Amino acid sequence: MSIKLEHLNYVYSQGTAYEKKALNDICIEIPHGEFVGIIGHTGSGKSTLIQHLNGLIRATSGELYYNGENIYREGYSMRGLRNEVGLVFQYPEHQLFEIDVMTDVCFGPKNQGLTAEQCKERALEALRLVGLKEKYYNVSPFELSGGQKRRAAIAGVLAMRPKVLVLDEPTAGLDPKGRDDILDQIAYLHRESDITVILVSHSMEDVAKYADRLIVMNRGAVMYNDEPKRVFEHYQELEKVGLAAPQVTYIMHDLAGRGIPVRTDVTTVAEAADEILRAVGS
Amino acid sequence: MVRDITIGQYYPAKSVVHRLDPRVKLVSTLLYLISLFLFRSISGYLVATVFLVTVIRISRVPFSFIVRGLKPVVLLLMITVLFNLFLTRSGDVLFHAWIITITEGGLVTAVYMAVRLIYLIIGSSLMTFTTTPNELTDGIEALLHPLNKIRVPVHEVAMMMSIALRFIPILLEETDKIMKAQIARGADFESGNIIQRAKSMIPILVPLFVSAFRRANDLAMAMEARCYRGGEGRTKMKPLHYKHRDYTAYAIVIIYVIAVFAIGRYLPLHIWIF
Ligand SMILES: Nc1ncnc2c1ncn2[C@@H]1O[C@H](COP(=O)(O)OP(=O)(O)OP(=O)(O)O)[C@@H](O)[C@H]1O
Ligand SMILES: [Mg+2]
Repeated sequence: MSIKLEHLNYVYSQGTAYEKKALNDICIEIPHGEFVGIIGHTGSGKSTLIQHLNGLIRATSGELYYNGENIYREGYSMRGLRNEVGLVFQYPEHQLFEIDVMTDVCFGPKNQGLTAEQCKERALEALRLVGLKEKYYNVSPFELSGGQKRRAAIAGVLAMRPKVLVLDEPTAGLDPKGRDDILDQIAYLHRESDITVILVSHSMEDVAKYADRLIVMNRGAVMYNDEPKRVFEHYQELEKVGLAAPQVTYIMHDLAGRGIPVRTDVTTVAEAADEILRAVGS
Repeated sequence: MVRDITIGQYYPAKSVVHRLDPRVKLVSTLLYLISLFLFRSISGYLVATVFLVTVIRISRVPFSFIVRGLKPVVLLLMITVLFNLFLTRSGDVLFHAWIITITEGGLVTAVYMAVRLIYLIIGSSLMTFTTTPNELTDGIEALLHPLNKIRVPVHEVAMMMSIALRFIPILLEETDKIMKAQIARGADFESGNIIQRAKSMIPILVPLFVSAFRRANDLAMAMEARCYRGGEGRTKMKPLHYKHRDYTAYAIVIIYVIAVFAIGRYLPLHIWIF
């Protein structure tokens, strides 16, 4: 149960004046059950990359294996793949269309061929998970606020119970609480239900907090692919490509530079606090 | 998917044709379109072909790009050709079976009609390939300016056109995105009968309309915030000025039109006599 990309290349509008190489020789493997963060500057190819994972765009060259099977093989069921790999697009609220939230969330499960009963059950579960209040279930999605729409749209994918959940900047434009709520729920889902989560984000803090592994993209290529704390050791290189390590990394490096014996590879505020207390206490 | 539609899209390249004043291109395109109806002989077609091919070469727009722009009108083309082929009755009968009769005149008219239509489309799309939408509307606005005197709101019309043109690629991109998002949720746009397929478009159309209205609203707001008040007393950042090359282009086009007219008229190279 894994996703494996081998020498994947993708070129937009090949053969025209608008030709644009978006992905360059991507080789990564994502084992089942991992929580992977993907980070990279604007236009580095993150969205392009994840659209390959459920076959929405086909690589210009290279191979993609899902559970060991080449998805570009003749006769491979893309429908089956899309049932298992759920993709939440950037600004998913723009895809809402039904008369009420409930019906919209049921759209995915209905396409999977479930009965109305099962659809409703899954929709309720998904809506509860994203923390949308019950009074909104029968409201038109267009009457919700931006953040509520976002939750409804994410629920629309969760209701399909994907085995691999891919989220493209699910928290862009949300308030800090909304952001934490949604990410905490995703982390909870990851812990409880044995799914793979791939989270695209611009926030180093977020991915540092949740991800087991971090993939850093730069100009269509993989720059780093390692544990978060290993990646953040390269904070100077990250800055050169328009990214930055979490703020605690800088604080710890500063402290260490001033002679306080702290470890510099902590990634979250909580860890940093413990580490500083330990260093000061000893 | 939807990106294959190239009609009305700019193709960036460095060429003399791209640099020409939009007014020249508009007038020349119009003259070219008219010229296509000035002759009925092989020699006329030859001149028109040479002219078109030369302009395409100079413009540096790849031929494959232009041909792709023809795809959406293939159906229209076929219908026209078939109508001409079966309904024109003149000259010798070439083929007859059941209710179908093909005459020599019908065949010739059908072929001519097809060539004419294709040249018409290529000619006008060449203009949009080499002119940005902004230049195009500037050109139209300048050319139609005299109509202001009879109270035609030229500036407003031009503004609406440029906005509409600007929105075409944006909406295509939006359609692409929404389609992908719904496919990711298991939507199926390919199978089923006509009614099912029409129904399956709803998940695309609703968000598309919502987004179009939202964008229109945003744009209106942004324009008002920058004190847009319509054409009255408005000056241009880049006013149009004719340069030498523009006069040369006018001269070439006029020579072409005269040539096509004269050759088509006085040097008829009829291979099929009818
Ligand atoms: N539909 C498209 N047609 C042509 N080029 C595209 C298209 N979508 C993206 N690109 C180009 O491909 C590159 C990668 O885009 P992509 O959307 O994958 O970036 P991203 O990492 O998701 O950026 P962001 O953080 O802004 O979402 C960019 O340079 C972009 O200009
Ligand atoms: Mg993106």
